[in-house]
Amino acid sequence: MRRFSLLTLLKEATNAHQGWGRQWRAPEPKVGYDAVIVGGGGHGLATAYYLAKEHGMRNIAVLEKGWIGGGNTGRNTTIIRSNYLYDESAAIYEHALKLWEGLSQELNYNVMYSARGVMMLAHNVHDVQSFKRHVYANRLNGVDNEWLTPEEAKEFCPPLNISKRLRYPVMGAALQRRGGTARHDAVAWGYARGADAMGVDIIQNCEVTGIRRGLSGAVEGVETTRGFIRTPRIGVVAAGHTSVIMEKAGVRMPLESFPLQALVSEPVKPVFPCVVMSNAVHAYISQSDKGELVIGAGTDQYVSYSQQGGIHIATHTLDAICELFPQFTRMRMLRNWGGIVDVTPDRSPIIGKTPVQGLFVNCGWGTGGFKATPGSGHVFAHTIAKGEPHPIAAPFTMDRFRTGRLIDEAAAAAVAH
Amino acid sequence: MDQAYRLPEGGRIDRKKPVSISFNGQTVQGYAGDTVASALLANGIHLVARSFKYHRPRGIVTHGSDEPNALLDVDRGRGRSDPNNRATVVEVFNGLAVASQNHWPSLDFDVGEVNDLLSPVIVSGFYYKTFMWPRTFWTKVYEPRIRAAAGLGRAPTVADPDRYQYRHAHCDVLVVGSGPAGLTAALAASESGKRVIIVDEQAELGGSLLHDVTSLIDGIPAQDWVRQAVDTLDSRANVVVLPRTTAFGYYNHNHIALAERVTDHLADPSSNLPRERLWQVRAKQVVLATGSHERPLVFADNDRPGIMLAESVRAFINRYGVAPGRQIVFATSGASAYTAAADAKAAGLAVSVVDVRSEAECGPEVAQLRSMGCEVLTGHTVVASRGRKRVTGLIVAPVSADGRVGARRTLRCDCVGMSGGWTPAIHLFSQSRAKARYEPSLDAFVPGTSVQAERSVGAAKGAYQLGECLRQGWMAGAEAAEHVSERTFDATNSPAGFKPVRVLPTDVNPKRLRAFVDFQNDVTAKDIRLAVREGFESIEHVKRYTTTGMATDQGKTSNMNALGLVAGTLDRPIPAVGTTTFRLPYTPTTFGAFVGPSRHHLFDPIRTTPIHEWAAAHGAEFENVGLWKRAWYFPKAGEDMHAAMARECKAARTSVGIFDASTLGKIEVVGPDAAEFMNRIYTNAWLKLEPGKCRYGLMLKEDGYIMDDGVVARLAHDRFHVTTTTGGAPRVLAHMEDYLQTEWPDLKVFLTSITEQYAVIALQGPKAREVIEPLVTDIDLSPGAFPHMSVRTGFICGIPCRLFRVSFTGELGFEINVPSDYGQSVWEAIFERGKPFGITPYGTETMHVLRAEKGFIIVGQETDGTVTPDDLGLSGLIAKTKPDFVGKRSLSRPDIVSAGRKQLVGLVTDNPNEVLEEGAQIVMDPNQTIPMRMVGHVTSSYWSSNCDRSIALALLAGGRSRMGSRVYVTTPTGFTTAKICEPVFFDPAGERVNA
Amino acid sequence: MLLVTCPYCGPRPEIEFRCGGEAHIARPAEPSKLSDKEWAEFLFVRTNAKGVFAERWNHAHGCQRWFNALRDTASDRFIQTYKVGEKRPDRTPGQERL
Repeated sequence: MRRFSLLTLLKEATNAHQGWGRQWRAPEPKVGYDAVIVGGGGHGLATAYYLAKEHGMRNIAVLEKGWIGGGNTGRNTTIIRSNYLYDESAAIYEHALKLWEGLSQELNYNVMYSARGVMMLAHNVHDVQSFKRHVYANRLNGVDNEWLTPEEAKEFCPPLNISKRLRYPVMGAALQRRGGTARHDAVAWGYARGADAMGVDIIQNCEVTGIRRGLSGAVEGVETTRGFIRTPRIGVVAAGHTSVIMEKAGVRMPLESFPLQALVSEPVKPVFPCVVMSNAVHAYISQSDKGELVIGAGTDQYVSYSQQGGIHIATHTLDAICELFPQFTRMRMLRNWGGIVDVTPDRSPIIGKTPVQGLFVNCGWGTGGFKATPGSGHVFAHTIAKGEPHPIAAPFTMDRFRTGRLIDEAAAAAVAH
Repeated sequence: MDQAYRLPEGGRIDRKKPVSISFNGQTVQGYAGDTVASALLANGIHLVARSFKYHRPRGIVTHGSDEPNALLDVDRGRGRSDPNNRATVVEVFNGLAVASQNHWPSLDFDVGEVNDLLSPVIVSGFYYKTFMWPRTFWTKVYEPRIRAAAGLGRAPTVADPDRYQYRHAHCDVLVVGSGPAGLTAALAASESGKRVIIVDEQAELGGSLLHDVTSLIDGIPAQDWVRQAVDTLDSRANVVVLPRTTAFGYYNHNHIALAERVTDHLADPSSNLPRERLWQVRAKQVVLATGSHERPLVFADNDRPGIMLAESVRAFINRYGVAPGRQIVFATSGASAYTAAADAKAAGLAVSVVDVRSEAECGPEVAQLRSMGCEVLTGHTVVASRGRKRVTGLIVAPVSADGRVGARRTLRCDCVGMSGGWTPAIHLFSQSRAKARYEPSLDAFVPGTSVQAERSVGAAKGAYQLGECLRQGWMAGAEAAEHVSERTFDATNSPAGFKPVRVLPTDVNPKRLRAFVDFQNDVTAKDIRLAVREGFESIEHVKRYTTTGMATDQGKTSNMNALGLVAGTLDRPIPAVGTTTFRLPYTPTTFGAFVGPSRHHLFDPIRTTPIHEWAAAHGAEFENVGLWKRAWYFPKAGEDMHAAMARECKAARTSVGIFDASTLGKIEVVGPDAAEFMNRIYTNAWLKLEPGKCRYGLMLKEDGYIMDDGVVARLAHDRFHVTTTTGGAPRVLAHMEDYLQTEWPDLKVFLTSITEQYAVIALQGPKAREVIEPLVTDIDLSPGAFPHMSVRTGFICGIPCRLFRVSFTGELGFEINVPSDYGQSVWEAIFERGKPFGITPYGTETMHVLRAEKGFIIVGQETDGTVTPDDLGLSGLIAKTKPDFVGKRSLSRPDIVSAGRKQLVGLVTDNPNEVLEEGAQIVMDPNQTIPMRMVGHVTSSYWSSNCDRSIALALLAGGRSRMGSRVYVTTPTGFTTAKICEPVFFDPAGERVNA
Repeated sequence: MLLVTCPYCGPRPEIEFRCGGEAHIARPAEPSKLSDKEWAEFLFVRTNAKGVFAERWNHAHGCQRWFNALRDTASDRFIQTYKVGEKRPDRTPGQERL
């Protein structure tokens, strides 16, 4: 792997950048691999990277039906935070956040993790109570999160409207200063480049059409649009399409896939310093390095794989944005798009083994998977390599739906991820 | 300025109406009908912008909404300022102020231009390769600088004084675009009498015909034909014509969003008018006549001011009467530029043509132009341009069939019209989620099979001949309206066809060549080649890595050049590289249009109770609960919330308090099977509840967690009056309807929401009976006849009422349900009657405290969607004998019955004056290391004036077996100590309710 | 925004409706006889099909009636709506009208 640095960049500048090679190869699939990751998004590529790096599994492949990072990795609003309520959630998201903090250096790829602070607004007494519960729980879990008065919130985010005359006035905010954003595409590319350098085959335009199981029931390999690939271990990391893939192995999932929309404005000079989330009025906003206001909207109400939702979802979000930031009504929407998010009954992910020998799954990240990418890949790699869940992943089994040990962040806090 | 470049005649501008605008503070003259772009060009102003990354001088490239370069800040006065407006679409009016962006200190001298010198380093994707050391510098040093450099204009800083509106419309045929194909489509469709809407983003209908001064349609000049067509459409009552309206989004099921710009072109708009209207149209059929976009040519320094699209040169001359230059070189790889060249020549300008096609590849257009006296160099390439802030010359050279470039020659000029071919505007077609098909003969993607009720016609479908556009439009319009009508059109055909060239042949080392593909984002051909070299092969990857096509024009002019370049570099056919999906909106669309009137009190509906005005008049502070405004507390002069609450709490326990409980959800469950239905929905038993009795009901979701609660009265054998929480009412009704209709359709039950029908006045306190006794008729209020938890119907103040004897405070209490219209008058009568007793209105805060003193839970406060009845000590409400009810099965799941679940307890702080924070976490040992083991959290906490100390409720792991234990509770600064107790703080025996 | 055809009221915009998820998952007659696993499947496991999918809709801001729909989740096109209690129609995608 050609190292990236200012020095190599300058050196290449003298050579019209002719010396840069491929950031990852485009290999033909081999006959078989020690493990196959289905899904070349951030989570899948991170899984492959850590399998190779920490578990020495290098004869592995990532299969992507389109182009890597083309699903939710490249479609989300890139919010990163770890101030979750429950111990289990705080542990996995904090694990991820710690990895985010050194990820550019780890991958030698600038993923632009920007700790500009994530502020969640409280609009009613219930929000205040709930956010304080978060702040205290986070404090005892070693996760930074602090309570701000409306005036302090305004100071941290000057465009914020804290007028008492709002339909839902801001009553305070919870701020995680280490929270922030990152450059989503770079995460996929950085992991791909890192994994590829260790020998992982990243195979694009390769759709899994079947999962072959032997007489014992264990997996034997995957059927793909580029032929059969033998493997004893399959890690399915297919986000919105998880149900579709798992069904090929005969496993039915507690998942529903919904369209989730996001949008950006035209680029403008810096005007918005942090990330603001308001679940009560459905507003998620930050400003990208390019200058676009990046705005997350909600999910549509029906199962869909179409990556397109209704206009009422976007208008609802913009209503809220312009109520909180009235100076933005003259800004213009540049792009609006949709992804497909896979949602579990308790809005927490499923990471672990399945009833099928050799088949592992990492899914159900719902509307908030991007922030978990490094942590998710890290613990899932452990799970696949050892055949047993990583301790941080252990609570996120599918079995919790049988026993009732749900990790219901949404119900607990009415906060989207 | 003197409009030195205004042609003496021609154009659709109104020369009788001079207009002056300001550009960077300088006054610029134009005419009504000008765009900012045409007015600037009329005054010889070409330098209007600095590019995003390299701050290169940039001019006007196009004449429409596909403009990549000429983005201006527009100030319409009085706070109406916004950035990134395309000069080519902003209409002029007196007083309009526009300014260029992204430079310092000035457009003319911009120090940012130093970036251009760094261009060998800051190639596409360079930022992924550096800025990584030291680790903390990204957020603190690098990123702030990059962010400051990025972004084009400045966001508005003050609230927008304009307002926006919604329209919802249905039509039989929606026609998008009003060029030749759109007009005939609308004419044909509307002939049938069906409802037709035709929209066009421009100020007037006609599309490309507005700058066509030579074609004839059915024997008359094209622009006359347009006027007749528009007159016909205007005269038809079934046609809605919407100019200045962009169809920007094609959603599911033929739901099309239009943004109509109502006032932006007016100097002094009426205050009655909204700035924009968002139309949401549900069309039975859609005709897409969205035209096509011309492609720039990619050659070195093709971005100099004065270099624009050939068709745009034609449009400025013919439509606006403006000469973009006196000496124009057309550089082309196709035939259409010859029409522009001929028009320029006819307008008296010096014209020459450089055509990359060989003489043999060209058609009769060459000879035609030569016959007009213009030099035409076929088989020539453009290797560079001269000039800096304005093009001064084009360097061309002959190119042989095998690509060898011959001797250079400079053509002096002050304007270049370039044409690299045409791309159908399939954006809306693509948004409809249909797949485009690559058509090699057009070197473009064209609409494939439709997946919604939609037809593409004309240039949007790759038809570039006028007659064919007219014919296709007519046919599609007639078909869409299911109207049989044949028509042919006799129209002038212009030369068409082009030879695709990705990057013009050059004698320069291509590694050093700076030929721009995406002007706005400063993406060059070598950036794209670099991306491909680095393994970014899908066009989506190339877009994201280089940012080509990601600018505010979304690559309307540049996408095909980029795509062709990637395909060429990889030596793959274009479809193998993919087409990018076109994301809505078609052009950037104001947030305000989406928001419409949904601001402030219209952001979300406000629900108020029949007693709201009384409460407001009596000084109540209100809180938002769901959509409701509820009276929070009633401060007297000088009181804060705590003082008011302490007074209200005392009054309710010592004499009588009055509380507006109208927001409680109320549902009537009626029918012969009503009791059976209740039995299945609630955890407790209902079959044996006698009419006239009330019971507290607990409702679970199927997953076993508490969903809602409330008192239920059985009014008659077949009639229950159910109450729900304030926020839960719609949810509960929906839940009930769901089970009734889909699981138990055999049950004979009707459900009716009566929340809005009844006002509910809660009267609580030892004096409650005395207060209402004289007002109530037909009900015996004596304790024996009307005990706690019973219900009677009768009259109060002569108004029929449902009188509940219930208590959420632990005091003697009544809840008086009267028809909403009488709510306030009955309230006032009771209040008047209560005055001798010191009746005290109280709000939700006091209600919360009073119930907490009694340990009554509030769903949503003590519960959070993960709490079971047993967790709250409410197992007694689970009927043991019922085989089933909603949620029962879930209560026996392993983790629901396991030990150690959090249970409801009381907490008393060691310091009785210390009030815990709601949401505070509880640990047994404050000295453990982080992460600490948390055993629970505080759900409710108040100062209780009745207990003269603070009280709190908490959910605590194994709490019921830890009574009396000491726990540590978080505070903003650390921990405090409290003791676990029973969750009842007042009248534990519960005798007062029976008074 | 979808256009949903209520079998009782006709075509109406989606904002009048609430989607109730997968259809034809009958509540077990005797839940107590189900194992924890079977109960969890009833509660949580869903087909989540890509393609033809039967789902429940409620005309919440209209007649308040529940009904079922066959919809292609890949294209979002409705194939048919039908009343509660009626059998799932045997239809495949492509049969819907544009």
